[in-house]
Amino acid sequence: MTTDLLQTVDWSRAQFALTAIYHWLFVPLTLGLSVLIAIMETLWYRTGDPFWRRTVQFWMRLFGVNFAIGVATGLILEFEFGTNWSNYSHFVGDIFGAPLAIEGIMAFFLESTFIAVMFFGWNKVSRGFHLTATWLTAIGANLSAWWILVANSWMQHPVGCTFNLDTVRNEMTSFWEVAFSPVAVNKFSHTVTSSFTLAALFVVGVSAWYLLRGRERRMASKSIGIAALFGLVAALVTAFTGDRSGAIVARTQPMKLAAMEALYDGREGAPLTVVGVLRPEAERTSDDEAFYFKIDLPKLLSIMSFRDAEAYVAGINDLVAGNPERGILSTQEKIDRGRVAIAQLNFYRQAKEAGDSLVMRQIQGLFDPSTPDGQNFLTQNFAYLGYGYLHSPQQIVPNVPLLFYSFRVMVGAGSLFIVLLAAVWWLNRRDRLADKRWLLWVMIACIPLSYLASQAGWIVAEVGRQPWAIQDLMPVGVAVSDLPGEAVSTTFFLFLALFTALLIAELSILLRQIKIGPKNE
Amino acid sequence: MDTLSLLQHYWWFLIALLGALLVFLLFVQGGQSLIGTLGRTEVERSMIVNALGRKWELTFTTLVTFGGAFFASFPLFYSTSFGGATYVWMLILLVFVLQAVAYEYRTKPRNIFGTRTYDLFLEINGLLGPLLLGMAVGTLFTGGWFTVDRLNIAQLGGNTTISQWTTPWHGLEALGDWRNWSLGLAVLFLARLLGAQYLLKSIDDAAVAARCRTQIRIAAIGFLTFFLDFVCELLFAEGYAADPVSGAITAEPYKYLHNLLEMPVVTVVLVVGALAVVWSIVDGWRGRRRAIWFGGAGTVLAVLALLLCAGWNDTAYYPSLADMQSSLTIRNSSSSEFTLRVMAYVSLFIPIVVAYIWYVWRALGRKSITREEMQHDDHKY
Repeated sequence: MTTDLLQTVDWSRAQFALTAIYHWLFVPLTLGLSVLIAIMETLWYRTGDPFWRRTVQFWMRLFGVNFAIGVATGLILEFEFGTNWSNYSHFVGDIFGAPLAIEGIMAFFLESTFIAVMFFGWNKVSRGFHLTATWLTAIGANLSAWWILVANSWMQHPVGCTFNLDTVRNEMTSFWEVAFSPVAVNKFSHTVTSSFTLAALFVVGVSAWYLLRGRERRMASKSIGIAALFGLVAALVTAFTGDRSGAIVARTQPMKLAAMEALYDGREGAPLTVVGVLRPEAERTSDDEAFYFKIDLPKLLSIMSFRDAEAYVAGINDLVAGNPERGILSTQEKIDRGRVAIAQLNFYRQAKEAGDSLVMRQIQGLFDPSTPDGQNFLTQNFAYLGYGYLHSPQQIVPNVPLLFYSFRVMVGAGSLFIVLLAAVWWLNRRDRLADKRWLLWVMIACIPLSYLASQAGWIVAEVGRQPWAIQDLMPVGVAVSDLPGEAVSTTFFLFLALFTALLIAELSILLRQIKIGPKNE
Repeated sequence: MDTLSLLQHYWWFLIALLGALLVFLLFVQGGQSLIGTLGRTEVERSMIVNALGRKWELTFTTLVTFGGAFFASFPLFYSTSFGGATYVWMLILLVFVLQAVAYEYRTKPRNIFGTRTYDLFLEINGLLGPLLLGMAVGTLFTGGWFTVDRLNIAQLGGNTTISQWTTPWHGLEALGDWRNWSLGLAVLFLARLLGAQYLLKSIDDAAVAARCRTQIRIAAIGFLTFFLDFVCELLFAEGYAADPVSGAITAEPYKYLHNLLEMPVVTVVLVVGALAVVWSIVDGWRGRRRAIWFGGAGTVLAVLALLLCAGWNDTAYYPSLADMQSSLTIRNSSSSEFTLRVMAYVSLFIPIVVAYIWYVWRALGRKSITREEMQHDDHKY
């Protein structure tokens, strides 16, 4: 059975990753392009110039092609929480389900209702109503991002909840703590502004293609003017919130930070590695042996993590083996403490089956936060519940190379985008962009690069959380449904084939629509 | 009734309402399953697809919200049914994925697979979507093969899964119970009935209207046959009752009949809903374009009453055929009082949502779709 579940958890992770990756190919463009379209339509509303209506309708056509497949993959993602992660759904459904339901009631209906006006209402409703519908579609799309990111943030940093022994699950105690935790607020800001940047680069890149072809010069130039400025502001906010993310991760998920930096030995005044090439896993036992070569910026990791050049940043070895001097528990100690919590749950089960109410009451006392014994047990043992399911301390180390390189792709590309968007905006403003053909090609190349950076960001966030489904409380191996591995692998390949086929169709349609351009409206 | 119990009943009502709205909105699927029958020429098919295409996202969104609300209010059902009867749910998801892209891509140049493939996607979704959803809802009455033990999570080294399915078929056993087929087919024919009524209203074309009237008659016969069969079987069926104090589950003959007798308001809603659907059949038969409103309202009322009958009055709404005590009730499977209360505040937005959907629907539906519009539309599917 253990082997079966191991197979199942691997396939379930693969399936969820597949769905999430495909979903995230379409969502960021929807989030950002909806706002850009709304800005352009506002210009049409204010000026009455038919040029803007034609421009809006062109971008809207591309938006529609992208939106449909995003909806399809999103549906699967929501239900996979139940199909593939049934223990997870029970264990945290009381908290996690609420944002999903609110997302449906408050955001999805807003988006799906007004998108119909956006596409079909041109000759049926007033200009003002149409503009309102376009803005409400954009707001609905971004509002839905808020709620799903609240749910995701809670998995990274569970707050506002308590464990209920009777129902054997975590239950919400503060909606506001869940909805507005610093992790959630920052994650939303970072994710949405990075999506705005991606959409801006898409508009800039497509417009660059028109300039290269000498077509639609006015539309291209005006679109670049709006998108480059919008993208530049968004990219700067992304950088700012990314910096805050680092500081938050340092406190809430120190292993993720250590793995992102391939920092094996903790130190004061830790440097930030700008670039480096990692050695194979077996050779990476300390900082000295982790890299073939690397370029460091002194003390920057300490500054970014704790706003203090001399602050101590824990390394992978500290977090696995423990560091008493720094007050860091070893993972083995956490495993032992977690197993005490699991053992108490097991005693409770036995007492319940035997009808031993005395033992049941004793154990209930341990899980009661209003008593000193309860507080002690919850902080000393239950807080490490998830560790109790681990087989070895090394399991808490995520995939270091994947995190290390993904992080650098994300940050490197993000930095490039800031420079590029600033330069493009400035040159376009001075009407000197169309002559710089090499730059126009760079703008086009930045479209796939922006997708790569966006995916890399999610890899950092999600692979960095491993082995946890819920940080410290539930590893993925316990969160998974009791399904045969073959069943999950079958649906994995089914969805892989389907999504890939639909992606190919989407790209083909999209490219054709760009080639057709706005003239055929 | 204490506050928690009140909230549990309230949330089951909302789940039932969302489920009822979803069944009504399956008219999009019903219409899709009729594209080839009602549309003989390319222009006719185009009118039908575009009439349906302006509503598909509402159905889709309602399905997603139904799932999200179920997750939030009754998470143990979400983990048990989705994690156990996985094959059925995966099939349902698959046919809805096909729908999501089909409208937008079907007539776009270089769509790789051609218009016929996307139309086939729409037909698959149109036929299998209502059928499978109806069968899945049927299991709320007929049950599933699962066990639930929350403290499995304490089995270090063993199987820690709380909800386990006891057959290797993971939900496909539902195909072996005729009552599930009966409800599935009733939902399918109802969707086709509503689809034909919707198209009768939305398309201003004599040829399509005449075929819609014919299809209304055919679908009505199918719907009434299977719906009456399901209701009759339900009235004589044994159900699982939950002890209101201890929560212990026992089998009770004629449980659903007892529920209808003990909840007369629900019975009235069911009868009024069924009569409204019958009225809409007569209206549609005569070619009256308002038929969809009676059909829609009747559907919502009838499905609402059936789902309330499944979950209210201390009934196990998801009976376990493997272990009676594992059966799910609104009491043993709900979220905490705190979460249900928070969600209840959120639910106050629902009337606003319904109001703006209604407003937009009317604004866009003022003019029926015509052949001329298909030639000049700036966003034609």
